[in-house]
Amino acid sequence: MSDHVEPMKKKEISVNDVEFAQIEQNGPKNLFTQMQGFWVTFATMFKKVNTVNYPEVKEPTAERFHGRHQLNRYDDGLEKCIGCELCAWACPADAIYVEGAANSDEHRMSPGERYGRVYQINYLRCIFCGLCIEACPTRALTMTNEYELADETRAKLIFEKDDLLAPLRAGMLMPPHPMYPNTTDTNYYKNEIKSSHPSQEVNN
Amino acid sequence: MTNAQLIAGDPGWLIAVKAVLVFALCVLLTLMSVWGERRLVARMQQRLGPNRVGPFGLIQSLADGVKLALKEDLIPAAADKVIFIIAPVISVTTCFMSFAVIPFSGQVTLFGKVTAMQLTDIPVGVLYVLSIASIGVYGIVLAGWSSGSTYPLLGGLRSSAQVISYEIAMGLSLVAVFIYAGSMSTSEIVAAQQQWWYAVILFPSFIIYAISMVGETNRAPFDLAEAEGELVGGFHTEYSSLKFALFFLAEYVNIIAVSALATTLFLGGYHAPPGLGFTEAWLGGWFTMIWFFAKVILFFFVFVWLRGTLPRMRYDQFMQFGWKVLIPVSLAWIMIVATLRVLSLNGAPRAATIAFASTVVLLVMLVNFGFENAKNKKKNTPFAEVSDPEFAVPQLPITVSTINVSTGKKGDQ
Repeated sequence: MSDHVEPMKKKEISVNDVEFAQIEQNGPKNLFTQMQGFWVTFATMFKKVNTVNYPEVKEPTAERFHGRHQLNRYDDGLEKCIGCELCAWACPADAIYVEGAANSDEHRMSPGERYGRVYQINYLRCIFCGLCIEACPTRALTMTNEYELADETRAKLIFEKDDLLAPLRAGMLMPPHPMYPNTTDTNYYKNEIKSSHPSQEVNN
Repeated sequence: MTNAQLIAGDPGWLIAVKAVLVFALCVLLTLMSVWGERRLVARMQQRLGPNRVGPFGLIQSLADGVKLALKEDLIPAAADKVIFIIAPVISVTTCFMSFAVIPFSGQVTLFGKVTAMQLTDIPVGVLYVLSIASIGVYGIVLAGWSSGSTYPLLGGLRSSAQVISYEIAMGLSLVAVFIYAGSMSTSEIVAAQQQWWYAVILFPSFIIYAISMVGETNRAPFDLAEAEGELVGGFHTEYSSLKFALFFLAEYVNIIAVSALATTLFLGGYHAPPGLGFTEAWLGGWFTMIWFFAKVILFFFVFVWLRGTLPRMRYDQFMQFGWKVLIPVSLAWIMIVATLRVLSLNGAPRAATIAFASTVVLLVMLVNFGFENAKNKKKNTPFAEVSDPEFAVPQLPITVSTINVSTGKKGDQ
């Protein structure tokens, strides 16, 4: 750096440069005005209570509430996760552990080369910041609104891949199974596969 | 028959039964009032309050009490062990003792004996209550001192200063009642209020008592001794388990005690409100007890209401209020009441009484006018200009002023 920055001198920021005005200090209010506070609390007693009786009454969360994670699938049932570990790298709390593995024609879990063989999220560490979701290149990882995650043991709060995977919907097949005929992972990525093809069932 | 005559013939077993009843009642009231306070304050803050243990959360405080009893009982290494243990005992016994002279009901029949729900009736009953309350301060002071820790010491000092100063105002406010009732016995004071409650005829005394009883019980807005933000828990910071529970119990029994005393001295005690006198014979006289507790609960509600409404006072303001306002006002009021009483007892003509009363009113107005004048004068006098002294001094900083965000105009500098 060629420019030498001079530290600002104290004189340059004089107090006088700021605009000042004296605040009008009102004296104490009269007795009646002071007593109005009593009416406020008294009247509040008969107002509707804001409390939600939580375990019995559950109010919906905000639409985009950061809850438990979910590993999504393509519409034919193949997993979206490619085991790239970007989520684990993005995680500031080091709550995600991913181990990728190569797909083969006999054992295909996701379109493309690789899939996530091990996928763990430790909910004792997770801070629900959502950086993992931003990092995911295939939108395999998203968050649900589910917030009731308390449990008794530490082990139960480490969620495995089975706990996180989205359920199979109509038209989906349980992987491993081959990709949709005559498609590449690009077609999958562009969301062109709308349902599974009968030929994909063979392996099952 | 007066209460004193009624209870004079009580056999020993009846006194024991009544003592147990009074004790049970106090403990029960404490449990209920803790629950009631939490529910009421919650309502004032648009919450529900405890509602899960039992119907409406009614046995919440019982559950809390059991939990407290099961906790580990810690005694700090630096504590003075004996006094540390005695202090909560002093606190709790004294506040129960003051109930001995409170008349809960008129004539009733208990186990076939005609009596009144009052443990004992001594001619100086109210003085007895005041003295017992003063002993209760020892509990607080000793607890603060024996903990061997700074916050409890500060809390103990504060609350003893507070209780002692407000006890003066409290005692003075009661003098007017003594003058009018001609007795210090609680039952006779109640009997003297058959026609007019002292809350009406001695209204200033009532107000002073009502204020000082809040100061006396260390309750919001005068809860400086337990100012959580400043002193952790005040004098009971180092206490845990049952010893803490005793302090907790003492605090609430104290509230009920001062409320009961206020009811006795100013709201006609166990008598029905004017116009409802026929209810006193219902349930064989026991209905008077319902009136008594209705009034006590009314006072308790005011306690809760104060807590829900007012922020905590600053310590110096609080002391100033006690010593410079409450005590002089009650002294002046006692003089007026005494003069009026002497005038009426000596059969002075009505004109003399009216003349005296109007002189007093005139004097009060004059004093008030003087105060207002002085206040205005103080407000309107500009600050004296500061001139530079002869000798060399460093330059003064410019006049301190604040930035006015709303207008942003250039003010004085």
